[in-house]
Amino acid sequence: MSAELPKAKVAVIGAGIVGNSLVYYLAEKGWRDIVLIDKGPLPNPGGSTGHASNFIFPVDHSKEMTHLTRDSINTYTEMGVYNKSGGIELARTEARLQEIQRRITSAKSWGEEGWFVSPEEIKEMVPWVNTDDILGGFYAPDAGVCDPLRAGTIMRERAQELDALTIMANTEVQDIIVEDGVVKGLQLDKGYLEAEYVLIATGCWSELLADMAGVHIPLAPIVHQFMTVGPVPQFEATTGEINFPLVRDVDANMYERQNGSDMEIGSYCHKTIIHPAKDIPSNEEATMTPTELPFTEDDFDESLEIAMGLVGEILETEGVGVRHAINGLMSLTPDGGPIIGETPEVKNLWSVAAIWIKEAPGFGRMVAELMTDGVSEVDITASDVARFYEHNRSKHHVEARVYETFNKMYSIVHPAEQYASSRMIRLSPFYPREEALGAFFYETAGWERPHWYEANKNLLEKYGDATMPRTAEWDGRWWSPIINAEHLHMRENVGMVDLTAFSIFDVTGPGAADYMQKMAVNQMKVKVGRSVYTPILNAHGGFKADLTVLRKGKNHYQVVTGGGNGNVDKKWFKDHLPEDGSVTFHDVTSALCTVGLWGPKARNVLEKVANIDVSNEAFPYGAVKTFMINQIEVTAFRISYVGELGWEIYTKMEQGLALWDILWKAGEDQDVIAVGNGVYGTTARIEKGYRAFGMELESDYDPIECGLARPKVKSADFIGKEAYVKAHGSTPAATLCTLSVDDPTEATGEARYMLGNEPILTLDGEAIIDAKGRRSYATSAGNGPSVGKHLLMAYLPPAHAKVGEKLKVQYLGGQYTVTVEVAGSTPLFDPTDSRMKS
Amino acid sequence: MNILVCIKRVPMTGSRIRLTEDEQMIDTKNLRFWMSPHEECALEEAVRIAKARTDAGEECITKVLTLGPADAADQLKHGMAMGIQDGILIETDGSDWDPMATSKALVEAIEAEKAAGVEYDLILFGNESADSGGFQVGMRVAHKLGMPAVTGIKDLEFADGKAIAKRETTAGFDIYEVPLPAIVAVKEGLNLPRYPSVPGRLKAKRKKIPTMTLENRPGGPDKVRLKNPPATEIQTEMLGEGAAAASRIVDILEELGAI
Repeated sequence: MSAELPKAKVAVIGAGIVGNSLVYYLAEKGWRDIVLIDKGPLPNPGGSTGHASNFIFPVDHSKEMTHLTRDSINTYTEMGVYNKSGGIELARTEARLQEIQRRITSAKSWGEEGWFVSPEEIKEMVPWVNTDDILGGFYAPDAGVCDPLRAGTIMRERAQELDALTIMANTEVQDIIVEDGVVKGLQLDKGYLEAEYVLIATGCWSELLADMAGVHIPLAPIVHQFMTVGPVPQFEATTGEINFPLVRDVDANMYERQNGSDMEIGSYCHKTIIHPAKDIPSNEEATMTPTELPFTEDDFDESLEIAMGLVGEILETEGVGVRHAINGLMSLTPDGGPIIGETPEVKNLWSVAAIWIKEAPGFGRMVAELMTDGVSEVDITASDVARFYEHNRSKHHVEARVYETFNKMYSIVHPAEQYASSRMIRLSPFYPREEALGAFFYETAGWERPHWYEANKNLLEKYGDATMPRTAEWDGRWWSPIINAEHLHMRENVGMVDLTAFSIFDVTGPGAADYMQKMAVNQMKVKVGRSVYTPILNAHGGFKADLTVLRKGKNHYQVVTGGGNGNVDKKWFKDHLPEDGSVTFHDVTSALCTVGLWGPKARNVLEKVANIDVSNEAFPYGAVKTFMINQIEVTAFRISYVGELGWEIYTKMEQGLALWDILWKAGEDQDVIAVGNGVYGTTARIEKGYRAFGMELESDYDPIECGLARPKVKSADFIGKEAYVKAHGSTPAATLCTLSVDDPTEATGEARYMLGNEPILTLDGEAIIDAKGRRSYATSAGNGPSVGKHLLMAYLPPAHAKVGEKLKVQYLGGQYTVTVEVAGSTPLFDPTDSRMKS
Repeated sequence: MNILVCIKRVPMTGSRIRLTEDEQMIDTKNLRFWMSPHEECALEEAVRIAKARTDAGEECITKVLTLGPADAADQLKHGMAMGIQDGILIETDGSDWDPMATSKALVEAIEAEKAAGVEYDLILFGNESADSGGFQVGMRVAHKLGMPAVTGIKDLEFADGKAIAKRETTAGFDIYEVPLPAIVAVKEGLNLPRYPSVPGRLKAKRKKIPTMTLENRPGGPDKVRLKNPPATEIQTEMLGEGAAAASRIVDILEELGAI
């Protein structure tokens, strides 16, 4: 077919709740010539939106997901398609009772309502639930049920009223046309549609669409089984869709809810069933809709037994039968998060996938804001499609991890919990030595990173109670007191830290200096051989990244950033390269490895093996030098994220092991130990008040608020400068502070250690909200072994950001008095940085 | 009264049926399976009859029988979840069995039941299967067993050891008095079948379904190949949008004589 269709500014593929939210918010933001395409009919084209259970629980442990869900509830409510019923998450175990306290904590941190309810209160709210095995519940009064199909219709109508939208239902996308890395249009069964932007909002089918364009949207369609039973006499007297609170039997991985005269029973307790996108039937072939597959009864048996135990009163009622049962398809990703943003491979082609109905309008709005203004109200960096590395995109990885994320859906997931599958994918050259030292590995971006070393267990005796041992199981899970022992030993002697997970980019060419000036807040035109730690901002002055830049030559900069967010940073840098070709960008992550050598004895070690003078005078703090360590050429960088004298030492990947062995041998008489990321990422960092991206640093806060602004603003232009200058001249609405817990045994008699994200409250237990409406919570938490205190970082408004101020932190049902130790970025430990500069 | 209900696993209607490449079978990849709708009514009727009689103190046996692949146990369990006591599966390798072979197999199963001490007073069939629609198996079984048979039944009662069966005609009802044991092929409209209950499902799950395998002995015409019927063109006329369409709708309803 060769019919010429009108040109589209934006083509949105997929008319589920995500696609509809996108066209609505894009139209609201002023976009016109939007075309919405779906191969199915409207209003229900046959994707997951059409069969979802549509209920919404507003409280999540993630700040942005909670905010996006709130935004979505508000949208559904404004459209008259939200039925607020309240909802209860049941506890069958002691562990879940604790999890409920964690929910309550998260609710308080993010400004949502939620409280504990006793079995008696549950019985009163949902009399048909058998509470014999129920210990209590978390009640969310704002939980409810939305109608995403009706919402979608309203959204399309509103976009049409603005004369912004053309709808093409029953239209199949056959190909996505890409030229020179830029999307050009869509080959449809009805002709060619030229489009400047293309948004893939096709849920379960995303992989197929991504394949057409040569991009990756790593998700897997998985089965979620549910059935409808009825007619339920207990619901007879009620009108409307739902009058009883939703019931989430989380310990059984199930939910039960009223739906008119019926009850829906949904389950995630069955085995993980992946249904490849290519095997999803077409609308014509499907008995119902393409994503409502034939129910596989045997898989649901266990769920039925559980449901009988909980709501047997209804199920055993004469006349109540199974009216409908399906294997519904939904999207699941290898890390459980959505996949949002412009694809790294193709310009103007966006993925907006793996989004639940509960947060879809919120994401729709954020994407429209990102496309329009380059920044969104809620920071959705964690969902960025660019976060995936090559291995993350493989079918092998996606399927392995989806088995795990499916099982984590309703389970209690510890914030530090690690994935078990698809490991050992990226190994540093030091790995054999680390393994021999009994490293306990965490994973970051595929890298195996030692978190602590069992070989250092002998230090526990030496440091005793100073290692702040944890008796509470939850606090001590995925943790070891060895971390604190390594910390204390490093502060007295010297430690070697594997930093190979860094993402490292070479920026070269005649335009490199000007380009780097544009990208970074701080002065980049420094002497060759200097390093600069700098914020990277978005256009609105919010944090995009914080990283270190080494000037290695007149036209050569090396950018070093964390592996976790490295790929997102890479896209940001590449997106801003000048078009004239004067700057070349090269990812050298896989070419280089890095070891940190830190501690008061670091120089004693290095001077034995370096062929240059490493004294403070010859190699001052902040300097970068290339030299030889025995036979190995290295570039060393005198800086520290742990607050000690020492160097980050870079060499070629294949020489890494030799470098490790040389340093180790040279360090033997200096009591060198291997130190894990537990020290580097948490204890040493927090004692020094260093900010971490994604925790303290996010686009909600600016460099002035987080204390990273330099006194003077450089004269050269840079991204976000206008906002930065404006913020520079004003009183910040909040200041990042370091707080200490006065007495960790205050609430229960047992020492408890917060893990992060807990609400900071006034002494009266009231929430603290700054002038911009942001709530105070612990952005980071960790032991400070050298200061002997448990430390928190939190943004506090001026009234509370005062040294000595007494406040409270809430943790798992208890409140603890905290003291503001530092307001701003001055380190609590070694405030003058004398150790680093010695 | 002992009642046997014979059912058939069939693809659910509503989707486009694809054929396998050799045109010998239906491609079942995306299909949902059910039983013929008439047979749901037969199951419901059996459950009701047995309930009424059991309540009156009579002992009743109810069983559901099918010939089909191992997955046809799903349909047996559906019947059991509705309240039928037991199921019997004549398991095939998934190949097609024609009406002659099927009826022979069913008769063998019924005779095996008899040998085991279970004799049926009433054997219910659906009037015709939802897939091949041959109207044959019930009659062939009746012939082989030498039992009276009535078909197209929409009402069933019992008196004096006889079944009083009503068949709908254009003029009203034909009423048959059939001595028991008898074969009755029923039609949708006989009753409103219940949904299988959850406790019933769980009970059915725990029951073992006796399975037998028999030789496929085809007879009658051979199958050459399957062919999809030509697609029917559906003509759609837009009557207008919103309130503007109302008067046209009234005109059409008048043309149709509906108002």
